[in-house]
Formats: sequence, C-alpha cells, structure tokens
Amino acid sequence: MSLQDIAFYFFGFIAVLSTILVIVNPNPVHGLMYLVVSLLAVASVFFSLGAPFAAMLEVIVYAGAIMVLFVFVVMMLNLGESVIRQEQAWLRPSTWIGPGILCAALLFPILRLMLDGHHTPAGLREIGPKEVGIALFGPYLLAVELASMMLTAGLVAAYHLGKHD
Amino acid sequence: MTLPSWITQETIDTAIKSVQAVVILVGMVVVSAWMIWLERRLLALWQDRYGPNRVGPFGLGQVIADMLKIFFKEDWTPPFADKAMFWIAPAIAMAMMILGFMIIPLGDTLWIADLNIGLLFFLAIAGLAVYAVILGGWASNSKYSLLGGVRSTAQTISYEVFMGISLMGVVMQAGSFNLREIVHAQQEQVWFVVTQLLGFIVWVPAALAVTHRTPFDLPEAEQELVQGYHTEYSSMKFGMFMVSEYVGIVMVSALTTTLFFGGWDVPFVDNEGWFLSFLSFSAKTFIFMCSYILVRAALPRPRYDQIMAAGWKVCLPISLINMLGTAAVILWQTPGASS
Repeated sequence: MSLQDIAFYFFGFIAVLSTILVIVNPNPVHGLMYLVVSLLAVASVFFSLGAPFAAMLEVIVYAGAIMVLFVFVVMMLNLGESVIRQEQAWLRPSTWIGPGILCAALLFPILRLMLDGHHTPAGLREIGPKEVGIALFGPYLLAVELASMMLTAGLVAAYHLGKHD
Repeated sequence: MTLPSWITQETIDTAIKSVQAVVILVGMVVVSAWMIWLERRLLALWQDRYGPNRVGPFGLGQVIADMLKIFFKEDWTPPFADKAMFWIAPAIAMAMMILGFMIIPLGDTLWIADLNIGLLFFLAIAGLAVYAVILGGWASNSKYSLLGGVRSTAQTISYEVFMGISLMGVVMQAGSFNLREIVHAQQEQVWFVVTQLLGFIVWVPAALAVTHRTPFDLPEAEQELVQGYHTEYSSMKFGMFMVSEYVGIVMVSALTTTLFFGGWDVPFVDNEGWFLSFLSFSAKTFIFMCSYILVRAALPRPRYDQIMAAGWKVCLPISLINMLGTAAVILWQTPGASS
C-alpha cells in the first residue's frame, strides 16, 4: 500500500464520517461545519488521486463560497433552541427506515461495481491546471459554452428577482 | 565512519526542507508579532509623538511584555456562547493565515511548498479564512459580534470575486499558477506592476479587505460595533485574532511583492545568491507592510454601502476589462494563434 493509497482511504473515511454527522446533527450550524469538513476531505481525496486543480476548485467554490453563503443565511435566520428540539424530534428511528432502504438500494450497485474488478485505476499521473484548461477549451468546448450560457441565464434571473420596484 | 543505511540523500534533503519550513514559518510569526510594535511606533511618528519606547532598546520588548500579559489574563468563555465554535474560530484565523505563507518563495531556493497550483491555493485559503470571522461572530451569541460577522461575510464574498479575477492577468502572462515560475517570468519580461497596472490597482483594495484592515475594517468598526466579531473574546484567543491579522498583512505584502514586484528579483543583477535575493524580497515586503500602516494612518473608514458599491461597480468591471485586455494582447502576440 503506497502513501497515496493510505491518504486516499484516510480522507475518504473522514469524508464519509463527517457526511453522516451532517445528517444526524440537530444543530444547523454544526451540521454545516461538518459539511465543510466533508468537502475539504473530498478535496484531499482529489489531491491523493493526482488532481490538484479539481481539489483547489472544490475548496474555492464549495467550501469557500457556497458553504459561506449557507452559513450566512443560517446566521441571519439565527435559529435557536426550538429548532434544535424540532430536529431532534424529527430524527426518530422510525424516520430512518425509508431513507435507509433507498440508500442500501443505491449502495448495492456501487459495491458490485467495486468488487467487479473491471475498473481503470485512477491517479496514475498528476493532471495539472494546464491540461485541464486544454481539455476544457478543446474537446469539451461545447459543454463549457453551454454551461456558461446557463450560468448567465441564472445571473439574469437572480438580478430580476432581486430588483427593487 | 559509515552512516546507517536509512540515511540516504533523500532523507537528508527531506530533513533540510523540513527544518527550513519550520524556520521560515516561525520567523514569519515572530515578524508579524513585532509588526504590532512597528505599527505603534510608525503611527506615533506620523502623529508627532513617541509611542512605546520604554521596554528594551527602542521599546522592542513591548511585544514580549504584552504577550506575557495577554497569556496570564483570564481566558473567559461567555456562558451563552457555542463553546466548540467559539474555541475553533481563533485557531482557524491563525492557521489559515500561516498556511497561506507556505506557497511564497523567499528566494530561488528558499521556499516551503513548490505547488503547481500555488495561486489557487492562496485563493482557497482566503476563502476559508472567512470562517474564522463568521464562526467567531455567530458563536459569541451577541448582537455586535453577529453584525460584525454578517458584514465580514458580505464584504469578503464580494471582494474575493474580483481578487481572483485581478490576479488572472498575472497568471496569463506568466503562463503558470506556480509562484516561482511567476517570478521567473518577471525576470525574463518586466515586473508585472508595469504590464498589469490595472490588475495591481484592483488587487490593492482586495488585499486590504482580505486582512480586514482600515479602511476595510467594517467587521470590527469600534465606533459602531464595540469590537465586532471579537467583542466577547479575551486573553490569548483575542491575541490569536490580533496576531493573525498581522500574519495576514505580512503574507499579503509578500504576495504583492511576488506577484507584481518581481519577488526576489534584483533589477540588472543576473545571478543573485540566496542572501541577496532574500534581502531584496524582505526589503520589498517591508515597504508594503509599512504602506499598510500608512493607509491606516491616512484614510478614514467609509460607510458600509460605499464599500460594497465600490467593490461591485468599480473594481469588478476594471478587473474584467484587465483580464480581457491581457488575454487579447497575449493572443495577438502569440504567432499562429489567430488562424
């Protein structure tokens, strides 16, 4: 087992653990912090797979921008003790059955694929930012342009919704 | 004398690099702590008084005395605070600012981490540093702290957007995110402050906003918000917030030097040794640290909506124009790219 493998499993374990804690934690801000930890762990997994550019974008975009907005909104609402009690009331064992069955159904194909043995190994070499750029603006140019047009549409719509009459 | 088999060239190199990294990081924190003294002395000089000059030569011992005092103060956690979040906030503040220094090369051979995504790493660190202020403000469970946290979040999110874009011109000209290669590109071309003047003009307010310094210290505006997000903090937890601000100043000054003023480069000297390059780098960084203090001494604090409007309506368009212009010029000068 190489050092990369150890790092991969270590951060993968942290990611899974913190994501479970996001779900079971009744306090909204603590839950969001566990989500940030989970995102950082996923970024580290990307690092161990030899994709530093993807790892940094994960931290900048998700942990550094989107999650900050989430925390911002939760802070503005300033949910108190009553919400924590409400959450605790919702997290009874009987509510776990339905989602638990669905998750197990999703877990089954993933486990089968993993145990199948027919997969290409990841992280054979490091992919730097230059290669990602060449790929995005070469073979995947159409997808990039479509995504940018969709983002522009979202921006215009948000501007319209936020306009003062 | 024969060496044990585990001592190979690789382990020796690793050991030397580790020691170098620890020395650089500890040195940086010490420099940051003494910047408190520098700031007080310089402010005093410009306001025609002496400042702290009693403890040790030139008052240099003042920082040690203050640190000892702050360590022995009562470390009080308010009973209404969210304890875990309250304790983790100053640690995040300090850790993020120190981590940011990791990517900055002090010389051609004096560096800690030679990442090919160096500049992106800084942007990620700047993004994560917001959590210190948000969590500190929220966990204190006090109105002033919360208002400071809310302000800081809005300000940082707005200023991060064009901070990233303003640096992309530098990245395009150097053709790399790696800070050492950016310095090498400046040695071959010119210092990027010449060709990236618009980018530099936008970077300066963004850099001030990242460190929450005057005139962008709205999160802790003492006239309105007592002390903003660290109102409820005492003892060394407050000390960590305070020192992290100065670590941030040193880090951002070093980054300004590296990105726009040629890093360790000495003009008209071909092969600087490690000593000369370190000297050149420190001198440039020191000038920017002093200019931070001069800005604090000279400029008043604008209103909050003025800061937000300046960010979105002035700085963002300028940085976008700079990025488009740089890209156009590079494309025009590259042979065979226009076909």
